[in-house]
Amino acid sequence: MTKEQIKDTILKIIAQIIPDEDLSNLKDDIPIREQVELDSMDFLDIIMELRKRYGIEVPEDDYIQLATLDSSVAYLEPRMREL
Amino acid sequence: MHYDVLIIGAGMSGLAAGIRLAYYSKRVCIVEKHYRVGGLNSFYNLGGHKLDVGLHAMTNYVPKGVKLAPLPKLLRQLKLKAEDFGLCPQRMSVIKFPDKTLRFNNDFDFFVQEVVDNFPRQADNFQNLLKTIFEYDELNLYAKPISAREVVSSIISNPLLSNMIFCPLMFYGNAQENDMEFGQFVIMFKSIFCEGFARPQAGVRQILDVLVKKYKACGGELKTRCTVTSLKCANSRVESILLENGDVLTADRILSSAGYVETMKLLTDHDSSKFNCHVGQLSFVEFILVLNKEPAEMGYNTTITFYNNSGRFDYRKPDELVDVSSGVICCPNNFQFENHLPEGMIRITNIANFDLWNRLGEEEYKAQKAAWLETTLKEVMKFVPDFRDSIIFTDIFTPKTIHRFTGRINGAVYGTPNKTKTGRTHLDNLFICGTDQGFLGIVGAMLSGISMANLHILQKI
Repeated sequence: MTKEQIKDTILKIIAQIIPDEDLSNLKDDIPIREQVELDSMDFLDIIMELRKRYGIEVPEDDYIQLATLDSSVAYLEPRMREL
Repeated sequence: MHYDVLIIGAGMSGLAAGIRLAYYSKRVCIVEKHYRVGGLNSFYNLGGHKLDVGLHAMTNYVPKGVKLAPLPKLLRQLKLKAEDFGLCPQRMSVIKFPDKTLRFNNDFDFFVQEVVDNFPRQADNFQNLLKTIFEYDELNLYAKPISAREVVSSIISNPLLSNMIFCPLMFYGNAQENDMEFGQFVIMFKSIFCEGFARPQAGVRQILDVLVKKYKACGGELKTRCTVTSLKCANSRVESILLENGDVLTADRILSSAGYVETMKLLTDHDSSKFNCHVGQLSFVEFILVLNKEPAEMGYNTTITFYNNSGRFDYRKPDELVDVSSGVICCPNNFQFENHLPEGMIRITNIANFDLWNRLGEEEYKAQKAAWLETTLKEVMKFVPDFRDSIIFTDIFTPKTIHRFTGRINGAVYGTPNKTKTGRTHLDNLFICGTDQGFLGIVGAMLSGISMANLHILQKI
């Protein structure tokens, strides 16, 4: 996957978890949870979906890496490059 | 057979935990001792009538579109839609004490106004109480327990108002006699007064049907009539699970909704002196009365009546079989349903003494049920129109019945007063969810299953 595709994938996952939120204006460098109603339980589901769909394991200590779209793409790129 | 996770009990919390785990591809099995799911919130058919146990009303109701509340949170976590439970809001409920009545519906401002109108001199104090409630983080799993009686009486100076607020909160979820942990008070206050009551047209069946279907669709396995006899321990872990039919299962992790003490008693290394945990004392008797007409036809439109007839409000195990001086009258017909329910119904719930009921011989047990029905009916006639001539069918369950079907020690529906909020036990792979973990009500029970599955299983790789 390219970086663009990875970002797209994350956005699709978020859209599935919180279908009522408008994600079109989401800024890449601001924590996602500051921009949309996404509680810690919803956030966990992003990690779970990554595991379920792509077999990517994000250890608990690394959850913080997925705070913004930019940091998520940076963290996931080496793990999703070959997909 | 080996599983990633074995869940003990197919009640609200076990099923909700099961859905989370199965959805995220864990190999899960739920074992339930009864032939039917539901646990403390279940249903049965008797004499051609469909009856519910547990659920009077689902608390935590918020209309579709509200996002930041336990109910929508739970629906998102279980990948369910608001329509799936088919919840219909209540009409009006009341708290009736000698000389005072407070009404409440699902509009919180209405309740606040009721308090101000009935207790004008407590208006400022009540606002202060609300401030304290809203500032408290009731979901903090590591908070130190504090007494709700102390907090509330330090703010509300009129004991009558204080008791009237406590009454529904205690009846709908408090495991502790006379007092309540403040975090639990906040959870119950929000779930009943700030949010509200609703019920699916088909009662608890509808909620359980949705949960079971979802769980199975996700690939979860459910074994009913399957009793766990013991949990074999070694090296700080549960190594295997022995079933009554002789089968042995193994699982990486075990989530038990059977109750904390009830679960500890299953352990092969169980040493009762090591466990400093009180068992719950509070149980209930419920009188289920099927009527040949709807209570509304007799002019009774109230959904739930919480009453107290005595000068004080005692929420404790009574010295008699039943304490009829306070109780709950639920009318399942009085929700805003699209269609009428098939039958008129009134359910009366009173606090009862497990030991006294359990001690009775068969004949005496029957006779006492009939006698207490008369007594409680006489008492509740102060609050409802006299419907006694309209009763066409009666069933009564006691603390003994609850114990028989759920395995709860003392028939204590709200479990132990000492909640295990983190869900952890002294064993590395055994966790507690449900009533004894400490989120309350039906929505709370499901959230308990979800949180414990998230915290102890999904977050761990």
